[in-house]
Amino acid sequence: MSCIKMKYEVPGDDFTRAGEASSMVKRKLKQLGYNPDAIRRVAIAMYEGEINMVIHAGGGVAEVEVYPDRVEIALIDQGPGIADVEMAMQEGYSTAPDNVRSLGFGAGMGLPNIKKYTDAMRIDTEVGKGTTMYLTVKAK
Amino acid sequence: MQVKDIIDILEAEIISAADLEAEVRTACGSDMMSDVLAFVKDQSVLLTGLLNPQVVRTAEMMDMRCIVFVRGKEPDENVISLAQAMDITLLKTRFRMFTACGKLYMSGLRGGCENE
Ligand SMILES: Nc1ncnc2c1ncn2[C@@H]1O[C@H](COP(=O)(O)OP(=O)(O)OP(=O)(O)O)[C@@H](O)[C@H]1O
Ligand SMILES: [Mg+2]
Repeated sequence: MSCIKMKYEVPGDDFTRAGEASSMVKRKLKQLGYNPDAIRRVAIAMYEGEINMVIHAGGGVAEVEVYPDRVEIALIDQGPGIADVEMAMQEGYSTAPDNVRSLGFGAGMGLPNIKKYTDAMRIDTEVGKGTTMYLTVKAK
Repeated sequence: MQVKDIIDILEAEIISAADLEAEVRTACGSDMMSDVLAFVKDQSVLLTGLLNPQVVRTAEMMDMRCIVFVRGKEPDENVISLAQAMDITLLKTRFRMFTACGKLYMSGLRGGCENE
């Protein structure tokens, strides 16, 4: 296994399909016999990021690279961007509207969760242009 | 405890059965999915009042074995088939969240964090 690359479109208009990309990545890592703890951390972090692209950014693209020692994930959207990343990273900070809350999201826990479960996290964002989030999970 | 014990304790109805003998030690009751995703400690049961497919996706990412819908709620076909594909048992109980969690706690299930 050198490097396996996967790419998924994440549609922004269908909340019921959010999570499909993360689900496929999880299945693929299982097939590869990847470390179960790493699989779960990848799945949760990517799922939080995928949901964020759907509810905050109108969808996007997920690119995943699997190496023997780590998984690298890029979540790329052309949404509104994040004006204050430091604020967005705080537990409990959310701009999600009530209809999103009634679906079970908008606790303001997604980005803190991603930070917790990944070994590296970087957010490139520009208001009005979009957001790209780079995540690394080590296989350990 | 096993998934099938939850059925007795909560006088629950099976919506869709996967492995009823799966071992479960910890549970989480919430209507906020990121709350559920915040605590990875082999939680195997999710109690919720929500009915959308993201409930199943959340359980899937966490490797949970069973979802209990409280207050007698039942999800639609899409949610049920997704759970079947993921080998997750779906149950419904007429009890409300607080009572359902309390009954499971009294029977030995825990929250999954050291201080719970
Ligand atoms: N891809 C994104 N594009 C634009 N804004 C974003 C994006 N991701 C996050 N945000 C902003 O950062 C805030 C915090 O994100 P976070 O994931 O922590 O919480 P949330 O999505 O609001 O709620 P939760 O994740 O608990 O369901 C969001 O409310 C939103 O304002
Ligand atoms: Mg979020």
